[in-house]
Amino acid sequence: MIADIVLCLGGVLLILGAIFTLLAAIGVIRLPDLYTRMHAASKAGAVGGGLVLVAVALISMDVAVSVRALIGVLFLLLTTPVAAHLLARASYLAGYRADQSTVRDDLKTRLEQNSGS
Amino acid sequence: MNSAFLVIILALGWAGITGNFSGLNLLFGGLVGGVAILILRYSIHQQGALRKTAKILSLAALFFYELMASAIKVAVVVMHPNLKSALKPAIVAVPLTVKSDAEITLLANMITLTPGTLTVDIAEDRSVLYVHALAMDNDTALIADIDNGFEARIREVFK
Repeated sequence: MIADIVLCLGGVLLILGAIFTLLAAIGVIRLPDLYTRMHAASKAGAVGGGLVLVAVALISMDVAVSVRALIGVLFLLLTTPVAAHLLARASYLAGYRADQSTVRDDLKTRLEQNSGS
Repeated sequence: MNSAFLVIILALGWAGITGNFSGLNLLFGGLVGGVAILILRYSIHQQGALRKTAKILSLAALFFYELMASAIKVAVVVMHPNLKSALKPAIVAVPLTVKSDAEITLLANMITLTPGTLTVDIAEDRSVLYVHALAMDNDTALIADIDNGFEARIREVFK
């Protein structure tokens, strides 16, 4: 009985994770510039991958596998934002400008002040 | 958190990762953990960790809630038929009140994983964090949101 419930729950989480991963991929294609794309890749991607790993932890019903899957979630959540931050920062410093639709850019003002002084 | 407690946690973590809870493997995990703590003994100096546990848990709960909200928000924006109207990107300077490396790292990571915001850069004097927002309507609301949400909680945990 409980095994069935856990299996169903795991299946639902697996599908949700797959949907979020798909949306992250669509976001990377549809959004206009790197910075907005990193939003899709870092958030929806991390949640999608995390949900799939949680589903694995549930369905496996094996403590060793579950613990490793949950530690995997932890590391995913720790490393994805760092990767997104580094990509955004590196491309900004390399001169890749944000899309024209960007309404405000405080960082640009600072970099200009620095090069001016 | 004293070192003995930390060694036990690390040993259990090691056994979990290697998938083997036998006595010998736990002992080996404890040994590896002990060496790691020995190397890091000057970096780890936390007192009253148990008292902070409740605050850490409340921070984690807030974080997971915001993470799900953020994924759903990004999903909605991505599937918006008229993408241009849903987007209003901006890079905003958010003044920092937390000062230590650990706090800033934690805050930057949490900002990246919360709705509509992404850390891009930090000022050299650590006074300002540059945050990219996906859809910014009001800059003061955005800054106040970060300041009252995560930054306040992080200050409590590290106090």
